[in-house]
Amino acid sequence: MSAAAAIKGWLKPLPTLYKVSLADAVAYRGQALIWLLSTNTPLIMLLLWNAVAAEAPVGRWGQAEFRAYFLVTLIVRLLSGAWVAWEINMEVRDGSIAGRLLKPLHPFMAYAFENLASWPVRLVMTAPVVVTAAYLVGTEHVTHDWRQWLLFPLALFGGWLLQFCAMLAIGCLSFFWQSTLAIGELWFGLYVVFSGYIIPLELFPPWALAIVTKLPWAHILTTPVRLALGLDTFEQSLLQVGEQWAYIAVFLLLATWLWRKGVQRYEAFGG
Amino acid sequence: MRYVRLLANQAHVSFMLLLQYRADFALSLLLACFWTLSAIVPLLVLYSDRSSVAGWTWGEALVVVGWFNVLKGVQSIVIQPSMNLAAEQIRKGTLDFVLMKPADAQILVSSQRFDFRQLSDVIVGLVILVYALVTLGVVPTPLAVAETAVTLVCATVILYSIWVMVMSLAFVFVKVDNLTFLFQSIYDAARWPGSIFRGGLAIVFTFVLPLTLMTTTPSLAILGRLNAKELLLACGGAALFTLLSRVVWKACIARYTSAGG
Repeated sequence: MSAAAAIKGWLKPLPTLYKVSLADAVAYRGQALIWLLSTNTPLIMLLLWNAVAAEAPVGRWGQAEFRAYFLVTLIVRLLSGAWVAWEINMEVRDGSIAGRLLKPLHPFMAYAFENLASWPVRLVMTAPVVVTAAYLVGTEHVTHDWRQWLLFPLALFGGWLLQFCAMLAIGCLSFFWQSTLAIGELWFGLYVVFSGYIIPLELFPPWALAIVTKLPWAHILTTPVRLALGLDTFEQSLLQVGEQWAYIAVFLLLATWLWRKGVQRYEAFGG
Repeated sequence: MRYVRLLANQAHVSFMLLLQYRADFALSLLLACFWTLSAIVPLLVLYSDRSSVAGWTWGEALVVVGWFNVLKGVQSIVIQPSMNLAAEQIRKGTLDFVLMKPADAQILVSSQRFDFRQLSDVIVGLVILVYALVTLGVVPTPLAVAETAVTLVCATVILYSIWVMVMSLAFVFVKVDNLTFLFQSIYDAARWPGSIFRGGLAIVFTFVLPLTLMTTTPSLAILGRLNAKELLLACGGAALFTLLSRVVWKACIARYTSAGG
C-alpha cells in the first residue's frame, strides 16, 4: 500500500466519527450548560481580587487588569477542558474498553475526536461570555500585536491538547491500578493552583514564579491567557508556546507507552 | 426518641462501612489536606501584599476557611449521600419502599446513608481553625462558644434545607446529578469572608443563597464579634429555610407517581 493510500484509509473514518460525537454532544446540551454554569470559579475569583484591588492595586494589577485577566481565563478554561481520564478509568473497570480495541482506529484518536466534537457546542455556549468579556474589557487590555493573535489559536489548541494528553496518561494508569481517579483529582488540584486559574501566577513571589511558569499546568492556561492579554513580548510568547508543545510531546509519548504496557496486561472484564 | 434511635442505627451501619475501607480513608485525608492547602495559596499571596482585606486579617480569613471545611465535611458525611440516593430512588421509582415505612418519609430519606470517609474534611478544618485561633491569640469566651454552636447548627440546617430543595427537583426533572454539582461549585464561594462580596451579590449570598450565614457568621461568633442582629438573622434564616424546604418536599411528594408515572 502506498503512503497516500495509508493516510487516506486513516482519514476515512474521521468525518463519520466526528458526526456521531457531535450528535452526542448536542443531545446532552443541557448537561453541558449546567457544566458551563458550574465553571464559575474565575468569576468568584474576579470578585475576590476586585475587592482587593478596590482598596489598593496589587503591584501593577488594578481592577481593570484583574477583570481582563479572569474573563479571558474563564474563556480559555471553558475551551480547554478535558476529562478523558475519567472515561478511560470507567471503561477499563467495566470492560467496555475492549470494544475500542477491536476498532481499526487508534483509541487515542477516537477519544480525541469525541472530545473535540463538543467544541462547537462549547463555542456556542461560550459565545455570550466572549461577547460580555469583549464589552467589559474593551480593546485596551488585549494584545495589539497581530503576530500574537496569529499565535493565539495555536496556544489555545495546545492548552487543550496538553490537558488531553496528560489526562490520557493518567487514564492509562487505570490498567495497573484502580484508584487512578485520585491521581486525576490531584492533577486537577495542582492545576487549580499552578495554572493561574485562581490567581495570576505573576503575583507569586519571584522564586516561586520561576518554578511555576516552567511546570505543565501554566502551559495549559496561563500561556494562552497571557498571549491574548499581550502581557509578554512576542519573543517570550513564542518561547512559552514552544515549551507548551514540548510538554505535549512528553505527555503523548508517556501516554502511548503506558497504553502499550497496559493493553498487554489487560484481560478485559472478569479476567 | 424513636427517631433518635433510628438515626443512631442508620449511622452505625455507615460507620461499619468506613472501617472496612481504611486505605480509602487515608487517601481521602491526604486529598483533603491537599485541597485545603491549594485553597489557602491565594490567601497567602494576598496577605503577603497587605495585612487586611475587606476588614479581615490573615488569621481571621483562616477561621472562615476552617469553618468552610468543617461544614463541607458535615455536608458530605450527613447530607449529601442520602440526598444523592434519594434522587436516584425518585428516578428509579424505588422511593415507594421508603414511603411505605411507618415513619416520616423526609426523615427516613435524609438519614438513609452516611459517608464517614469524608470525616477528613472536618479534621483538616478543625486543625486550621485551631491554628488560626492560636495565630490570632484568641481564646473563645464561653458566650462565644455557645454562639458558635448555635450558628453552626443554623448553618447545617440551612445547608440541609437547600439540599432537600435541590433533591426535590428530581421529582420534576428526574436527573439532577448535575444540579448538585452546580450547587457544590457555588458553595465553594463560602470559603471567602462574606464582606468581600458587594452590591447585588452580597444580598444574594445573604438572603437567597445564604453562604454568608454558613461560614462568615460562625467565624464572627467564635471571634466574639457577632452582634445580636446577625445572630437573629442566622436563627431566622434557619427557621425560614426549614419551613420552605418542608413545603417544597410536601408539594413534590404529593405529585410523585412512582416509576412510569
